[in-house]
Amino acid sequence: MSSGKGGELIPSSSELDLDRPNIEDYLPSGSSIQEPLGKLRLCDLLDISPTLTEAAGAIVDDSFTRCFKSNPPEPWNWNVYLFPLWCCGVVIRYLILFPVRVIVLTVGWIIFLSCFIPVHLLLKGHDKLQKNMERALVELICSFFVASWTGVINYHGPRPSMRPKQVFVANHTSMIDFIILEQMSSFAVIMQKHPGWVGLLQSTILESVGCIWFNRTEAKDRETVTKKLREHSQGVDNNPLLIFPEGTCVNNQYSVMFKKGAFELGCTICPIAIKYNKIFVDAFWNSRKQSFTMHLLQLMTSWAVVCDVWYLEPQNLRPDETPIEFAERVRDIISVRAGLKKVPWDGYLKYSRPSPKHRERKQQSFAESVLRRLEEN
Amino acid sequence: MGNTSSMLTQYDIEEVQQHCNNAFSQQEIVSLYERFCQLDRNGGGFVSGEEFLSVPEFAVNPLSQRLLTMLDGLNFKEFVAFLSAFSPRATVQQKIEFIFKVYDSDGNGKVTFNDMLDVLHDLTGQFISEHQREQVLTKVLEEAGYTKESLLVMSDFVKAYHA
Repeated sequence: MSSGKGGELIPSSSELDLDRPNIEDYLPSGSSIQEPLGKLRLCDLLDISPTLTEAAGAIVDDSFTRCFKSNPPEPWNWNVYLFPLWCCGVVIRYLILFPVRVIVLTVGWIIFLSCFIPVHLLLKGHDKLQKNMERALVELICSFFVASWTGVINYHGPRPSMRPKQVFVANHTSMIDFIILEQMSSFAVIMQKHPGWVGLLQSTILESVGCIWFNRTEAKDRETVTKKLREHSQGVDNNPLLIFPEGTCVNNQYSVMFKKGAFELGCTICPIAIKYNKIFVDAFWNSRKQSFTMHLLQLMTSWAVVCDVWYLEPQNLRPDETPIEFAERVRDIISVRAGLKKVPWDGYLKYSRPSPKHRERKQQSFAESVLRRLEEN
Repeated sequence: MGNTSSMLTQYDIEEVQQHCNNAFSQQEIVSLYERFCQLDRNGGGFVSGEEFLSVPEFAVNPLSQRLLTMLDGLNFKEFVAFLSAFSPRATVQQKIEFIFKVYDSDGNGKVTFNDMLDVLHDLTGQFISEHQREQVLTKVLEEAGYTKESLLVMSDFVKAYHA
């Protein structure tokens, strides 16, 4: 979506085409489930077409899958003049930019490790100094990462301040969201523990900024994590928490429902909206299709990562609001700012089935209408 | 470059179109192919029941299990043929035939009282008792001139629909 003059969102026509197949073409009109009236007849019981049409609609297109579809930019290299230009671009990106970036990143890691390891080992006694230095170093390595993708990031809004009882929430597109935000100010983040080299980084370096781990697959995990979150947010000297309430990476065009965990901590919520410019690279990390390493390599061989970060006005729980309503309100604020379409699904449905109560609700309403019409004799 | 529709040749599209009796235009078949590939995550050439159930909107549908027995293991050509009843170009006759197929789970061309009871059970869940369901169905059947023992065929469905 592109922004108009007053910040209104104007969908570009190519987006409407790529976004989804035109569902109205597949389904007959007038398939809405109207409340049937009058006496119950055989054809009313036999006519299951509304339910079937809903099912077919879901098979053909559904709003949940759309949230996780990578939308590659349209190919523009399709004719004999543009193709050589594109080839030059590939050569520059892979053979010139990529090695330079690898060098930059390596230099960054060398500097970082040569400062971090001594600080971590030697300054054991001087907690405050150690913490501050480690924070500064993590910000440094994040800046190196961002430089290695030629990140052009526009930060809007006041820089977050270090205050207790403050939690930051943002929409989630990729793990690089964390790196982009950490570059500017130090956050403690709550993350899924990953395997491989990412996991190693998580347990060594990110521990120093105060990260909390969770495991999606463990059922009891929720309570332990909520406890840890609460403890961390009350602590005075801890880095402010950064939470991605969607719980999973979404493709930066939609936002899924926010989990209420962050909104029940009794803290001020500072929303952050992140929007990537797709012209340069599609920053969505589709964890089902790519490993994080491949994702990083893809970023390092693109022209640039351009994005906007908005630090929005802090929000508090209103007296008449439940945490879920609060979460929805904040999601609304972030979605409007970042131009995301809201979708009423829980991000975790990527990994599990929806609860049976949705189906039961439909069954209940149909059952009630049948019984009611039976009475009408 | 590297659009999924490039894997579908013109010949393939025409074959699929013929198989579904021109229920869909060529562009619609291309879009359906993209969707099929999106659902078929492991690239096996057919969409399994699990993959269909990963679409939350489908999983919450009361008739999803019934439809899954009809959908499981279909390749793309059969998938399009399955969906042809939902095309705007489908005739009422085709739609009724589809509904009949959903009821006739054993595929013998006859719908029994129990078949209809099963579908009603799917649609109403635990919110009507078994006894009430039988009562409702018997009453409605008798009013339409059938009995509990009647075996309905396609023409009965057409008649009931046009009543």
